[in-house]
Amino acid sequence: MTLLIQQFINGLSVGSIYALIALGYTLVYGIIKLINFAHGEIMMMGAYFAFITVITMGLPFLATLIFSMVLAALLGITIETVAYKPLRKAPRISALITAIGMSLFLQNLAQVIFGAEPKVMPDLIPKRPINIAGIQIGTVTIVTIVLSLFFMFVLDMFIKNTKPGKAMRAVSEDKEASVIMGINVNRTISITFAIGSALGALGGVLYSVAYTQVYPTMGIMPGLKAFVAAVLGGIGLIPGAMLGGFIIGMVETVSKAYISSQWSDAIVFGILILVLIVKPTGILGKNEREKV
Amino acid sequence: MKKRILALLLVLILVFTVALTGCGNGEDVPEGEDVSEGPIKLGYIGPLTGDYSMYGETTKEGAELAAEEINAAGGVLGRDIEIISYDSKGDKTEAVNAYNRLRDKDEMSALVGATFSGTTLSIKAIAKDDGMPMLSPTATHLDVTLDAPNIFRACFTDPYQGATAAVFAAENLEAKKAAVLYNIEDPYSEGLAEAFNEKFGEYGEVTNYEGYTKNDADFKTVLTKIAENEPDVLYLPDYIAKVGVILSQVEEQGLDVVAMGADGWDGIEGDYADVAEGHYFTNHFAKTDESAIVQDFLANYNEKWESDPTALSALGYDAVYMMAQAMENAGSTEAQAVVDALAAIEIDGVTGNIVFDENGDPLKSISIIQIMDGKHVLADKISIQ
Repeated sequence: MTLLIQQFINGLSVGSIYALIALGYTLVYGIIKLINFAHGEIMMMGAYFAFITVITMGLPFLATLIFSMVLAALLGITIETVAYKPLRKAPRISALITAIGMSLFLQNLAQVIFGAEPKVMPDLIPKRPINIAGIQIGTVTIVTIVLSLFFMFVLDMFIKNTKPGKAMRAVSEDKEASVIMGINVNRTISITFAIGSALGALGGVLYSVAYTQVYPTMGIMPGLKAFVAAVLGGIGLIPGAMLGGFIIGMVETVSKAYISSQWSDAIVFGILILVLIVKPTGILGKNEREKV
Repeated sequence: MKKRILALLLVLILVFTVALTGCGNGEDVPEGEDVSEGPIKLGYIGPLTGDYSMYGETTKEGAELAAEEINAAGGVLGRDIEIISYDSKGDKTEAVNAYNRLRDKDEMSALVGATFSGTTLSIKAIAKDDGMPMLSPTATHLDVTLDAPNIFRACFTDPYQGATAAVFAAENLEAKKAAVLYNIEDPYSEGLAEAFNEKFGEYGEVTNYEGYTKNDADFKTVLTKIAENEPDVLYLPDYIAKVGVILSQVEEQGLDVVAMGADGWDGIEGDYADVAEGHYFTNHFAKTDESAIVQDFLANYNEKWESDPTALSALGYDAVYMMAQAMENAGSTEAQAVVDALAAIEIDGVTGNIVFDENGDPLKSISIIQIMDGKHVLADKISIQ
């Protein structure tokens, strides 16, 4: 039983990082119907921002985290303004290809600036096991879960209760109508990118602290899995991204723990295929009629 | 009409360039043994950029140090040695391209390479057809030297290394239970894991035989699963970048286990001294070995490159010395003569006294190193048959 609980917590910590990154995909998709493939790279840049902050300024963990999230938000806004905004009227496929290009660009940029070798992230959180009622949990695992849940809660409050949050929902519902209602669409889109990127950076920092390394291609696999999570939960839906992230994390953990560590990735992607066959819009997605 | 003329012109240009370069090749390379002027060219292929560049670089530095020493002592057959290096990026296609360029453009006399098993295997067939004297410093996969009389290696094989780790775990560490965690995408890691698994099975029980892929970063789940069976030894046959991540999580999970690794661990004390403390790995040589040849090598390497050598540097160094010795013994740089001389060679190197068996694999002992206070300590030297 303790083993089961321990594995459950492991799954929760992996899943919460996926959920954080998945939120970035879903927020952006919800508002401009773009799958931002550069999101995994924003996560990677977030990790590098934190790495640089720690090395040069030696700030404590929380300050580093906030700093990196702010920088990533600015990066997100810049990317949107430079690369996606001019294409807003273009066919969706052009924007998608731009996103893939942006992803490769950021990867190579990081490679040129920092080199391909993995950099070792300093221990921002002292790593040791904590014993709670016979269950061994690492400090990093606890911090990861707590911080992720906290920021998801903050996001939820923001979307539901604040004016920019309401504007985001309105724009995702119907862009033209929200213009008529006097909502500044451009600013709302920028805010969405900023929030998504900041959450991605949070995921990146937690990821690099948990797994001790920062390197240019670190965003690819978590980015891909988070994308899967977003689609699984129903892309464009915020609760869907969170649910999808936790499901992917759990499935991965359970298959590693009880089925086969060699096959876990195949099982994760297999489940995605199964779900999409049964329910193409994702778990929480509603079957909408095509707008005419 | 204009287009047609243009196309015709283009075709003509193409035909001429092909014809001209064809001629060029014929004239540049005189038939026979006329290449005996100038330095003897030794090719080197290794990953000099990318994720695994540190391995290619240190091997190359060892090889270049050896060449410099040999040249300072009068060279080989009265000629200098020149090492020509190309980057494989750890990629099989790049390695084949590099080999072709070394053979055709640089006209190397022999190849000291390639570095990784994967890239070495990719050039094996061409090198075998060419009869090129080929001595890989560091390719540990079993197949590298099989059925290829002209291919040798300076390092021991994966199965030999994995089995030695198992014997050490069972006999010296008195382990009854062991767990294995390896990279399923890498033949090096897999070969070691299989050999360890098989050999340790003769002594005790392998409780877990788990795999991961190169993109995996989370090992908490699999470590939790392993911890449940309370193994005495955890075998982690992979390179530093991954082993460091795994050991950090072993530490964080508070797993009470002795970890063992292979030569891919060499240099782990650089970034991961804390988490590697007290653990063991099998290696080609120990920096704490008191013999003169090892200490001289360490001193000279330090002076030339201003850094400490790894085991790979030592292998690159030994490989160049072996190749030079073989050419000296053969009295020529003619391929077949060098191959025959290599097969019969006996040499004292930094990585031990080396004699080749009938496959072209060296017979030598393995050093077991323990990380103590962030330094290498020679725990034992083992030779199993």
